[in-house]
Amino acid sequence: MLGSVLTLVFVLVFNFFLFRVVQTDPIGSLFRGRNVPQATIDNLRVAFGLDQPIGTQFLYYLRETAQLNFGISYQSRQPVWDEIVRAIPATLALVGISSVLSAVIGTLGGIVAAWRRNTWKDHSITSSTMVFYSMPDFWLGMILLVLFAVVLGWFPVGGITTAGSNETGLARLIDQAYHMFLPALTLTLAYLGEYTLVTRSSLLDVMGEDYLTVARAKGLRDVRVRNRHAVPNALLPVVTLTAINFGFVLSGAIAVEAVFSWPGLGKATADAIRGPDLPMLQALFLLFSAAVIVFNLIADITYSWLDPRVEEI
Amino acid sequence: MTSIAMQRRRATVSRVWAQFRSSRQGMIGLAVLLVFVAVALAAPLLADVRELNPVYARAQGNPQWGPPSVFPPLGTDYIRRSVWAQFVWGSRVSLFVGLAATVLTILIGSVVGIVAGFVGGKVDAVLMRVTEWFLVIPFLPLAIVLASVLGRNVWNIIFVIGITSWPSTARLVRAQVLTVKQRLFVDRARSLGAGGGHIVAHHILPNVSGLILANATLAVPISILTETTLSFLGLGDPTAASWGKTLEEAFVNGAMARNAWWYFLPAGLGILAVVLAFTLIGRTLEEIANPRLSRSR
Repeated sequence: MLGSVLTLVFVLVFNFFLFRVVQTDPIGSLFRGRNVPQATIDNLRVAFGLDQPIGTQFLYYLRETAQLNFGISYQSRQPVWDEIVRAIPATLALVGISSVLSAVIGTLGGIVAAWRRNTWKDHSITSSTMVFYSMPDFWLGMILLVLFAVVLGWFPVGGITTAGSNETGLARLIDQAYHMFLPALTLTLAYLGEYTLVTRSSLLDVMGEDYLTVARAKGLRDVRVRNRHAVPNALLPVVTLTAINFGFVLSGAIAVEAVFSWPGLGKATADAIRGPDLPMLQALFLLFSAAVIVFNLIADITYSWLDPRVEEI
Repeated sequence: MTSIAMQRRRATVSRVWAQFRSSRQGMIGLAVLLVFVAVALAAPLLADVRELNPVYARAQGNPQWGPPSVFPPLGTDYIRRSVWAQFVWGSRVSLFVGLAATVLTILIGSVVGIVAGFVGGKVDAVLMRVTEWFLVIPFLPLAIVLASVLGRNVWNIIFVIGITSWPSTARLVRAQVLTVKQRLFVDRARSLGAGGGHIVAHHILPNVSGLILANATLAVPISILTETTLSFLGLGDPTAASWGKTLEEAFVNGAMARNAWWYFLPAGLGILAVVLAFTLIGRTLEEIANPRLSRSR
């Protein structure tokens, strides 16, 4: 708990100094080389508190951050936080659904692979997940997009709703799900591998245990031994992995969102890099870090709750 | 170094090699990797570097968006450059950045891990706290922020990857150092009057080097994939086009809407092959270093 708070403090300090290092002249970057009277610049320096010593500036930064005031986006001229809040639901929906699907399918694949180890089933599951795991996720997205959207025309090429449509309610939801299919498929395939490999090696470890021999000696059928005795004990690392991966639910799909023009935080990041839109990047980085820290804490708590041998944190 | 120690080390190397040779996945990975290293080294023989220059490509009369059937072997891009030349020369950049970033990662991670594990006490506590911080900060956003702050060139990319991915190595090395430190031969060396530097160089390092090597091999895929993603997001070096940069240019210039598959398939397949090769080699080395891990029991 204390560790998480300390980490958050570290991220705050790091974030402050990192952007001070680059942005030697924030006022100048605001006007992008246009001619501005020196008096205006001086006024702005005072208004932004840039005439203050660095310690005072840091306090300003803490106060503004606490009020979720991250400044104005260079690109859209809107408050950064408003932009971010608008982009959160799209990312949560896309990455959330993909994370759940990949966790479930990946774990099931890992169970089958371990239980039938060294058979053709194991080999095909393990090698195909390793291939998906080894390719850049956005490249997989590019291939799926060209194949299913450009060549076959089964799915839209990008965005979250059909342009110009003003459907509401259920029709709108179906339209959005239709747009989500390809990016969600991409992310699910890209995330699968980790779950399969972790589940497989964890279950293989458990399979040597004596209590499985006991369960078999009692005459239990193979399926029951697997589902009631082996799998529950092998799932602990998978639970941790799931919790940790949920920390990346906000930041996990930067390049894939860019490929599919999915209007979420990932695409906002990709767009901010092109600027570079520094206030936007700064706020996104803070948000992404906070998400990871919170979910790591949840992972720790879940872990010690599921496995009492782990000491309370 | 005494000749006995040399002999033992030579014996270890040949034993590891014998084990490695008997692993099918390891040998497949090694073969694939050697092919790509050969391509990268022989780039000047395989494709004229001038093919990368759009002015030259236009003067040669190359077609725009020419598919492989029109302009063999791999077609041309939106400014008439040969895709094959980009693939061949891109392999150099991708492999170089991947390897150099890994060297930096392993260097930082090993130094932190060895110092923390060997010195112990307060130094250990502080170093591990810092390591934990870097472990928790999301890796890709941090790399993106650092890269956009530092500017677009190859050395910055290498630095960014190195500085963001060392913590897991540091943890692993520290744990191994802690167990090696307990061994009798370290006590023996110390009682014979050996200093800290000597013990680290002659007793600790040889005993953690296997682990470091396996870890390094598994770190290369992460480095290469990170470089690819950073380049794809527009943070790559404009003067040294990697495979990731090729993918970015294909994406930005509308290769997908044109179904110009020949433009973005080769670079991605190259990344996939190299990453898979390093993963296979790394897993094999890991199994040799730690037989308990063996995945195909």
